[in-house]
Amino acid sequence: MIAAARCIVARDLLLALRRRSDVATALLFFVIVASLFPLGIGAEPNLLRSIAPGVIWVAALLSSMLSLSRLFAADHADGTLEQMLLGAAPLGVVAAAKVLAHWLVSGLPLVAIAPLIALQYDLPAPLYGTLALSLLLGTPVLSLIGAIGAALTLGLRGGGVLLSLLVLPLYVPVLILGAGSLDMAAAGLAPQGQFLLLGALLVVSAAFAPWGIAAALRISTE
Amino acid sequence: MLEASHLEFERGGRALLRGLSLALPGGELLRIAGANGSGKTSLLKILCGLLAPDGGEVRWQGTPIRQLREEYSRHLVYLGHAPAVKDDLTAAENLAVACILAGLAATPQALEQALARYELPPGIPVRRLSQGQRRRAALARLLLSESAPLWLLDEPFAALDAPAAQLTGELIARHVARGNAVVYTTHQEASIGAVVQRMVELG
Repeated sequence: MIAAARCIVARDLLLALRRRSDVATALLFFVIVASLFPLGIGAEPNLLRSIAPGVIWVAALLSSMLSLSRLFAADHADGTLEQMLLGAAPLGVVAAAKVLAHWLVSGLPLVAIAPLIALQYDLPAPLYGTLALSLLLGTPVLSLIGAIGAALTLGLRGGGVLLSLLVLPLYVPVLILGAGSLDMAAAGLAPQGQFLLLGALLVVSAAFAPWGIAAALRISTE
Repeated sequence: MLEASHLEFERGGRALLRGLSLALPGGELLRIAGANGSGKTSLLKILCGLLAPDGGEVRWQGTPIRQLREEYSRHLVYLGHAPAVKDDLTAAENLAVACILAGLAATPQALEQALARYELPPGIPVRRLSQGQRRRAALARLLLSESAPLWLLDEPFAALDAPAAQLTGELIARHVARGNAVVYTTHQEASIGAVVQRMVELG
């Protein structure tokens, strides 16, 4: 079971390595969207500082959406998904491994590059850590919840649009908490409350989402 | 070993299976024949549990497969119409992944031998191989799956050249001769050695 999970993570990372352009797309999207705002709004430092948390988090949400539709589509098209459904490991474990690989490829790079984006918004240096930590706790939740939507819309025509309609409303709590933690920190207060809630969301979704994904995959492959 | 009773299945308003029953003891080969669109692949997917029939049930050693789930999956090898190989991985990597997913422990030497039997270059991404070679890359798994008592193969001979088709036929015959069960679909005549063969004609 653990061997199967490790194998899937390693395989997906290897596939991402061989198709680097797919990975770069989501990351570049995040960087470009977050960079367009200062250009469009103008270089008024106070305004930029106050919109930064929301803009950076919305950009992260959209960039995580971008790579979701591909999460199971390729495996579905070439028949690998059937083999996973019939594999020796429980489907929930396989789904968790797929999500972990997806996060390592599409979520973790956002955490790493976010401080660079924060520079453009003139956020004070102590907030870089808060931003990175909130993304570190929040992006795995985005991958977990999004994967349920990706599994449900698998093989549907126009699935991409439906996926955004399904998943984006569910992202709202993560957005509020993530951006809220930065607002708190900017006001000089400790953002522990938001971090604890984000952590709780992460624990709950990590425990239950894989089984939801597994059920959704069974529904959409029948 | 494998039994199905009163299977009903409907797709797009057309009844593909109407009260189909079959029983396959170990040591026998079952061929599912029929025209295109007659439901061969659907029947195979129902037998392996990927599709739920509209009525009836499939039993493995007397227990319905709905109850067995992964316990049943561990006993079978299903090779579907899509070859389940990743274009960006080499044949060797694909085979290794497929074995781990199926819960088979295969040594690197065994993998290498399986690829050599099907004359596949181990180090080239599958993207650069031909359609027939992709099919071979999927079929190479059969060489490592001799411990699975049930093989379900969807069009195993499609896109294969004569030597590869012969090798596949031999593998199937040998597997059946060892007392295991094999189900395969085909719309063309294929000669598989001297084994007990049953046939279901759909459509």
